This record gives sequence, C-alpha cells and structure tokens, in this order.
Amino acid sequence: MDYFLSEEQLMIKELCAQIAQEKVVPVRAELDEKEEFPWEIMKVMAGSDLFGLFIPEEYGGLGKGSFELAIAVEELSKACVGVSTTYAANALGTYPILLFGTDEQKKKYLPDIAAGKRLVAFGLTEANAGSDAGGIQTTARLEGDHYVINGTKQWITNGGEAEIYTVVAITDRSKGARGASAFIVEKDTPGFSFGKKEKKMGIRASATRELVFEDCRVPKENLISREGMGFLVAMKTLDSSRVGVGAQGVGVAQGALDEAVKFARQRVQFGHPVIGFQAIQHMIADMATEIEAARALVYAAARYADSGAKDVTKVSSMAKLFATDVAMRVTTNAVQVMGGSGYMREYPVEKMMRDAKILQIYEGTNQIQRNVIAQNIIKEAAKAK
Amino acid sequence: MRIAVCIKQVPDTAEVRINRETGTLVREGVPSIINPYDTHAIEAALSLKEKLGGTVCTVTMGPPQAEASLREAVSLGVDEVFLVTGREFAGADTLATACALSGVIKKIGADLIICGKQAIDGDTAQVGPEVAEFLDIPHVSYVKKIIEATPESIRVERMMDDGSDIVEASLPALITVVRELNTPRLPSLKGKMNAKKAEIKKMGAAELGLPLEVVGFNGSPTQVKKIFTPGPRGGRKKFEGSLEEQIDALVNELVEKKCL
Repeated sequence: MDYFLSEEQLMIKELCAQIAQEKVVPVRAELDEKEEFPWEIMKVMAGSDLFGLFIPEEYGGLGKGSFELAIAVEELSKACVGVSTTYAANALGTYPILLFGTDEQKKKYLPDIAAGKRLVAFGLTEANAGSDAGGIQTTARLEGDHYVINGTKQWITNGGEAEIYTVVAITDRSKGARGASAFIVEKDTPGFSFGKKEKKMGIRASATRELVFEDCRVPKENLISREGMGFLVAMKTLDSSRVGVGAQGVGVAQGALDEAVKFARQRVQFGHPVIGFQAIQHMIADMATEIEAARALVYAAARYADSGAKDVTKVSSMAKLFATDVAMRVTTNAVQVMGGSGYMREYPVEKMMRDAKILQIYEGTNQIQRNVIAQNIIKEAAKAK
Repeated sequence: MRIAVCIKQVPDTAEVRINRETGTLVREGVPSIINPYDTHAIEAALSLKEKLGGTVCTVTMGPPQAEASLREAVSLGVDEVFLVTGREFAGADTLATACALSGVIKKIGADLIICGKQAIDGDTAQVGPEVAEFLDIPHVSYVKKIIEATPESIRVERMMDDGSDIVEASLPALITVVRELNTPRLPSLKGKMNAKKAEIKKMGAAELGLPLEVVGFNGSPTQVKKIFTPGPRGGRKKFEGSLEEQIDALVNELVEKKCL
C-alpha cells in the first residue's frame, strides 16, 4: 500500500531498511543468544544521523516528527525488536527534555543525543509502581542547590548503557500525583549505580536493568519543568512514545509475515509448495490484512500527533493496543505456518514471537491501554452533553 | 589534501543475466551499483579527509544514468562529483577510459587518487594504473592498508601473491585498493538530502581538451571480439580410493611428471 511518503520520508525508510538488512539481520540471532547490547549497530545509526531524527534542527537534529520516527522504528523492527527497542527507548528518555526542558537543558543535552554520542534512558517503573505509577517510592529532597535522590528503579531499558537518565521521583508525598517531579541524572553522578541486569524472554539484545539511587545528589537545575510536574511529564512522554511501540508491532509482524511467505513458497508437502494450500493462504491473507490495518492506524496516529493536536492520548493508545496485539497474533501464526521449522532457532520467527510479547506489556500493558481509551471516550461523551 | 576517487557504475552481479547469443551481459532492467571495490576507495578517501582535512571528489565516466552512483557518493560524504559523459566516449576500452579519467583529474587537480582494484564487470584491473601513467605519477596497486599519509607522501601495505610489501610513494600518487582495507560506511540522512540537490559537473571531450581520436571507440586499441564462458580446463585427473591411496597416486604422478 502506498502511504504517499515524502521524498525525505522515503529516504529515511530506505536508509533504515539498508541498516536493518546489512547490519542487523546478520547479527540478530547472535545478539539474542548472547544477550549482547547492540553498540555496533547504534554507532552505525549515529553515523547515519538517525538519533537526531526527532530533535529540532536548532539542537543539531533533523527536526522531524513522530511519523518519521515511526517509519524508522518500523523498518528496524522488521529485523530485530531488541535493536529497535534500544533505539526507541532512547527517544522515550529524550522526550521529557524535549517536551518540558528549559532552553539551557536542551542546549546542554540534545546536541549530544542528536549526534548519538550519549544514549538516554527513561526511569519510571519501580517494584511497586508499574501500571500504577502512583506507587512510586523513589524520593527527591531539596538540600541547598541539590536534590538528593533515594530509591530503586526497575526494568529500565538501556539501563547501564545510557549516559543520560530522565527519572521520576516523589518530591512531596502529601500531594499524591501532584507530588512527583522529573529529573535529569547523568551516569557518573555519585550515589547512582546499576543493579541487576535482567534475563528476558525476548528483546534480549536490549539491556534491562535496575537504577539504584543512594543519596544521589543532582544539581537543582536538573529538575525538568517544575516540582510536581513529574506525572504530567511522564504521561506526555508516554503519549509521544506509544505510537513508536505500535510501529514496532507493525515492523515485527511484517518481518514475520515476510519470512512465513518465503518459507511457504519453498516448503513442499504432498507434492506442492504449502503456500498452494488454502489453509495456509487464509492464514497469510489474515496476517497481511491485519498488518495493513495496524500500519494505517499507527501512521494516522503519528500524523495526528505531528499536526500539533493536544488530545493524542486516545488515538496513540489505540495504535499501540491494536498494532501490538496484531504483532502477537501474526508472529504466532508465522511460527504456525512454518511448523517445526518455525519453532527452531535456525529460523528467525521464533525470536520474533518471543520479542513481540513485550510489546503488549511495556509502556502500558494493553489492558491499561483499553482503560485509557475507555476513559477518554467517557470524558468525550460527558463533554458532548 | 585533495583526494580524487575514480568509480564505476556496474550492474549488480547478484541480479545479472547473460545473453546466450552474444555472450554479453544483459544490462536492461538490472539495478546498477557502485563497483564494490570502489566503495572501499571512497571509504579510504573519506577517512583520510577526516584525519587530514581537505576535500574528496569523485569522478566517473558513463552515460547520464551514472549520475546515480555519483549522488550515492555524495550521500556518503563526498564533496564534489564529476561525470565524464558524451557520445564520443562510447565504446571505450581501458586505455581510452583511463585517458578520459586522467583528463578530468588534470583539470581539477588531486594530491592523491584512489581507485578500486578492479571493476566486477570487466575485471581488468588496468584502469587505475593506466590513469597513473597518463598523469605520469607513481602508483601502488592492491593496497590493503594505509599505514601513514601526510600531505607529501603516503606509506601503504600492498597485497602480493606471497605476502605483502610496504611501499612509500611521494604525492601526487595513485593507489588501487582491495576489500581488506576497510568497511565502507553507510550513507547518513543529511548526506542523502545533500545528494538530492548536489550539482553534478558534466564534462565532454571538448571541455577536457581531449582530441576525439584518443577517447571512446576511436581511442581504443583493443576491441571486444567475442565474449564467452570458458569451457572446463582439460588435462585433469581424479584419484580414487582411500585417502592414503589417493596421496600415493598423486605423489607417483608428480614424480613421473618430474614435479617432485
């Protein structure tokens, strides 16, 4: 299907497809097997200007939007969601600075991020604060010119590898949700260390680690926006990044379908390539149709966000929910189409199926997305009265 | 330092077919790429520029569609690109090609010229050294490592059948490079955007001051008479039996032939 991409958008797509093909496909199985962080690939992407894609030109980026980022993430995800998660989580960690940072903060951090010199991570989740971000226990206390941070963040993508962390901590517990604040913490700050590195089902090239803060003192000017804005920063950040998770779903689903079709054309049973059998054809037709619907929704949501619309929450949740549920179904069926071969690590679809699962979980489970969508519909209905 | 890279647009060999009647390559509908060895030449030039400063220009001879390979060079970071084009250049052999390419280099000037060791379609490995001869400068072929480069000289390691040589040449000089030299970079987005609007400087024989009898078909002392796939080489012998028996038979044969 033609989505009428501009010349520049086509360039981004081609370049990411080239990187995926030449640099990611040959190493993805090994990175998965060894749980190895894809530094080499990140360096190539930095050299290709891809870290600056969504950063304004005045801070050394290319000044593109969610749509271009979605295209890039989709192409990378066709090859490996572990790699695309590393790249997308960098954007996730950058959004708090991009959306709420002061000009000084932007000048200090964005040019390095755009050049791919310093990787970023976003620290929200904790042991008792996942879907319920209200359960955050990490605290930040103002002492003179510094905030003193204490607590532990869990399952932080790019943890340990990134050099810049945007972290949400409670500055005033009595205010509930309005008592959270967001901070920029640099890697070598005393009192900031890394805990356990997680072993995961999928996206094993991506690093997932604890962030440990023990009387970690960060300069006052590292506060993002104002005290009490932490939840808003987090929610707006997730609004911006969610479409990217949808794009990961579209990408991995397409990658799995392509493998399944290739295999089904070659695999001969009962004297025919199995793609000639209607049972396989109907599965493939459903997979392809669902992917196209998911892509159309993700692209529409990204374009809506780039239009400057304020109420992107509902549509970005829909895009994330639908595209990642499609990704799980399609990757599972790609394994099914390929039968025993699909289940073997010799072929890439078993990894795609393992990788797809996280998309239904991270950046808000798909159950939470349904809550968010419903809440927005209720709000709209109430307003319409 | 000003570095010139000579490149050739070639058919993507992964996709190439052969016309059985004429024995020539079918080029219609086959995607074109920059000759893979030349991508290593571009990479070498760009990394030298990053170290020493200066500019990198790329030169090719070919029909107007060869522009695409020059734009690709710009997307990688090349500063200036030149296309030698015109009917007068058609049917050029390696000598006439080298004559035209050296004509451009004389005009634009270069301290170092880098070429791929050979093109994957013709496989002659002649054009690079011939360009050096036309320019009357030293050349080193099959370079696998650039040990040191200064504005005055270059020290390189060249591949030989029985090892390698370390050679130093004063500049200006020409080198041809092999794959082992480096890993070519991928384009950047800013590079791709520059490539779109890059100016391709086109030159014909008149602009280069070359008489028509030295370029193209007229300037080519060699002509392709026939292209064919060579048949299997004769005089082969296959030894059968256990490994020991095969070895004995081979040794006997070599002794008989007075090779041992």
